[in-house]
Formats: sequence, C-alpha cells, structure tokens
Amino acid sequence: MAYALQQLINGITLGMIYGLIAVGYTMVYGIIGMINFAHGDIFMIGAFLSLIALLGLASLGITAVPIALALTLIFAAALAALYGWTVERVAYRPLRGSFRLAPLISAIGMSITLQNFVQVSQGARVKPMEALIPGGFQIMEADGFAVRLSAMQIMIVVTTLCVLAIFTWLVTRTPLGRRMRACEQDLRMASLLGIDTDLTISVTFIIGAALAAVAGLLFLLYYGAIDFFIGFIAGVKAFTAAVLGGIGSLPGAVLGGLLIGLIEVFWSAYFSVEYKDVAAFSILIVALIFLPTGILGRAEVEKV
Amino acid sequence: MTATLSLGGVSSFYGAVQALRSVDLEVNPGEIVTLIGANGAGKSTLMMTVCGNPRARTGTILHEGHDITNLPTHLIMRRGIAQSPEGRRIFGRMTVHENLLMGAEAAGRTDTPALLEEVLALFPRLRERAGQRGGTLSGGEQQMLAIARALMSRPRLLLLDEPSLGLAPLVARQIFGAIRELNQRTGLTVLLVEQNAYQALRLAHRGYVLVNGAITMAGTGAELLARPEVRAAYLEGAHA
Repeated sequence: MAYALQQLINGITLGMIYGLIAVGYTMVYGIIGMINFAHGDIFMIGAFLSLIALLGLASLGITAVPIALALTLIFAAALAALYGWTVERVAYRPLRGSFRLAPLISAIGMSITLQNFVQVSQGARVKPMEALIPGGFQIMEADGFAVRLSAMQIMIVVTTLCVLAIFTWLVTRTPLGRRMRACEQDLRMASLLGIDTDLTISVTFIIGAALAAVAGLLFLLYYGAIDFFIGFIAGVKAFTAAVLGGIGSLPGAVLGGLLIGLIEVFWSAYFSVEYKDVAAFSILIVALIFLPTGILGRAEVEKV
Repeated sequence: MTATLSLGGVSSFYGAVQALRSVDLEVNPGEIVTLIGANGAGKSTLMMTVCGNPRARTGTILHEGHDITNLPTHLIMRRGIAQSPEGRRIFGRMTVHENLLMGAEAAGRTDTPALLEEVLALFPRLRERAGQRGGTLSGGEQQMLAIARALMSRPRLLLLDEPSLGLAPLVARQIFGAIRELNQRTGLTVLLVEQNAYQALRLAHRGYVLVNGAITMAGTGAELLARPEVRAAYLEGAHA
C-alpha cells in the first residue's frame, strides 16, 4: 500500500512533465495539423538553457534558490520561445500550402539539426547538476517503507498546475485564445475575419516552446542530469501522451501525460525498469485500437 | 464618386484551372449588387479573390480607391470588408456569443457591446442561442450567425455568399428582408452571390451574370429580370 502510494506520487510528478511537453504537440497539431517533431528538442534546449542560466547566475553570485529559479525560468522560456518561433519561421512557414508530408519531413530535419547543434556546442557528455531543492516530507510509514514526498516533487506539480491554469485561462477566456481557437477550427475563415493567421500560428509555437522550456527546467531539477538526446525520448513519450489523450485536446494532453507517467512508473516498480517504454507504448497501441481518437479526442474528418 | 469596390480585368486560377476571366465589376456606395450564375460559374471564387485567397493573377481590385490586389487577406478584411462565406463556416466548437465576438475583435473593433446589441436586435433568435455551440444550430440559424458575425465588424462592404442555400423559403425571405432593411437603414453596401436568381434580382439594385468565369450581362435588377436569356437560363421553373 505504502509502496503503491509512493509510485503514485512519482508517477504524477513524471506525468506532469510529459503533460507540459504534450500540450505543445497538441496545440501545434490543432492549429496547423502537423506533428512538430522538433518539439521534444525544444524541450531539450529548454533544459540546457536552464542549466546555462543557473550556472551563470551562480557565477554572478546569485545563489538564493527562489530568485535564481525564477530568473532561470524566465530566461529559458524566453529563449526557447525564440527557438520555437525561429523553427516555425524557417522550417514550416515556407512549406505551408505544400504537400502534407513536407513540413513533417522538415520537422524531423529540424529535430536532428537542434540535437546536433547542442551536441557540438555543449558537448556530448551527460551534464550533471546538483540538487537545488532538498528536503521533503515523510507522509506515512508502513511495513518498514517510508512514503516520501520531496519538495522537488511538490514544486513540479505546483509549477505545472499553475502554468496550465494560466494557459487554460489564456486559451478559453482571452481574445488571443479565441483567435487561436478560431485558427484551429477554420484557418481560412479566421483570415476572412481579419485575423493575422501567420502571427497566430507563430504565437502558438512561441507558447508551446515556452511550456516545453518549463518542462526542461523541471526535468533538469528532478533528474539532475541532461544530455543532447533527452528530447528524443521525452518527445516521443509526450507525443504518445498527446495521442493517447486525444490529439488536439488540451486537457487530453495533460491527462495523457499523467497516464503515461503512471504507467511507466508502476511498470518499473512492479515489473521491470527495462521494459517501461515497451509498456507505455503497448498501452498506447491497445488504447488506440479501441479509442482511435484518444480519450478526449473528437471523432473528426481529417482537415484538408 | 469613388466606387466601394472596383474590379478591372481580374483573372484568377484554382491550380491550373482558370476560374475568372478578365472580370470587370463595380459596386457603388449604398448599392446592393448581385452576381448570378450557374454552379461552378466562378461566383464564390470572385468573392474569395476580392479577399485575396486565391489571389488575382491579373488585373486590379480597388477598395474605396485603394489597390488591395496584393494585400494579405487579413489586412483586406480590416479595411471594412466582411464576408459571410459559402458554407457559412461558423466556428462549430465556439458558442454563438464567441462567434460574434470573433467578428468584431478580429477586425480590431473595440465597441463590441454596442455592436452586439445592434446585431442581436436584427437577429433576435441568436440572442436565445447565445450560450449554445455554433455547431448545434439549425441551418437557418447558422446562416443568421454567419451574417451577424460578418456585421459585427460593422463593414462598409458586405460580401454575402449564397445566404439562402438550403434554407426553407420562409427563412430565406427573413434573411433577404434583413439585408434589405440594413441597406436602407444604414446604407450598407452589399455584393450578393445567389443561386436564387429571382429573389436576388428583386432585392438588388444592379446585377451581373457570370458564365464560365466571365461577365456576360449586366444591368439593373429589373432589366435583368426582363431579359429573356436570363429568364430562360436562371428563372426557368422559379416562382416568377
């Protein structure tokens, strides 16, 4: 019981990170109907930017953890947003109106480019980082097993929920969000109403990249080690989460992220760590056989 | 007097297919001008070409004397042009209220509440449906919403594509009535594309006949209604 509770806590924490990344996939898919394969690498860039910012701040003597983290968050989100915007501008926008697979291929190209760029500029070795947020609570103890909730886990869950709350408010309650939803539902009609659709698409990429950067920072803090390849695995997982939740659906992305996180953690805890990815993807396959549109997805004719 | 909309020698293409052949057309302030023609004659293409999608390959399009031929679509629409397009294209997963807000906000209007009152007074049915999702409305209500959404930007030129398509005659008459009232009361200029040539020509001050992407006839509504070739081609079997 205690052991299972611990896994639940761990799974939710991991799921939150996947969910944050998955939101970026699902938003971009919703608005232009393409899978942005470079999104996982934006997450990886976000993690590196966070590491650089934290080390930079430390060398400037700013070591108060809350201040350093806040500045890092802003720095990483802003620069990752710039990356996201640039990727859209140079690799996807010129191909708009081209055949459907064209942006997909250039997305894979962008993914490889970003990975290699980081590998060359930052080196291929794993970058470790010491734990910044120590401490935590012992919730209960049973059968000699102590259930711990670390301060880090609390921060991850709280940060993610805050970011998602702000973001949900943005999409459902503000004029900008309405414009994004209009573009998502009918790009051509949106432009007929006077919406600058290119700008709205750029904004979507910017927001998605900023969320991925938040996930990157949390990942760095949680695991304390990153390399240029983390974006691939995390990206595939988050993409799976988006599909499982119902691609195009924002709550679905978070829900899918949580499910993937939980499946992975519980499988590792009770069966084998080696096969956790196999478990996550197998469940995706089974889920899609019975729920082809995902859990919260809409049955919909493919956009042309 | 500067024409509200003036097309000179406009040709446009869908892929390799030429959809418009050197079209000349003028809409003057305060006029209702209708464009009639068979299915596939290029009526909707003409509407969309005015909005820059597809772009005119030759010729010029002037709005109130300004060349808008090569402007991006959203900038054309922010000049005081609105379109209620073919197929209505309302946002099915937004509420009626949100659909209407989109019409005003996207065009950069800030006086939304006043506009909303005005438009809802014209289509009271939409008030009852305000919180409902667009996709759940009936065909007639969707058409009202599409027109209302276009009016939310308080356009000086309204492009209206097939407002009566698929509607019961009574609902179609209500919609035509609303257009006439707006035109008389506010001087709204309208370019109307219609299958229902009889209704359209009775409503319009002037009309053009489009055949295979080219204008073949033009005249006042009454003149065109009286032309035997118009009657034969477009009014046969209609309740004339």
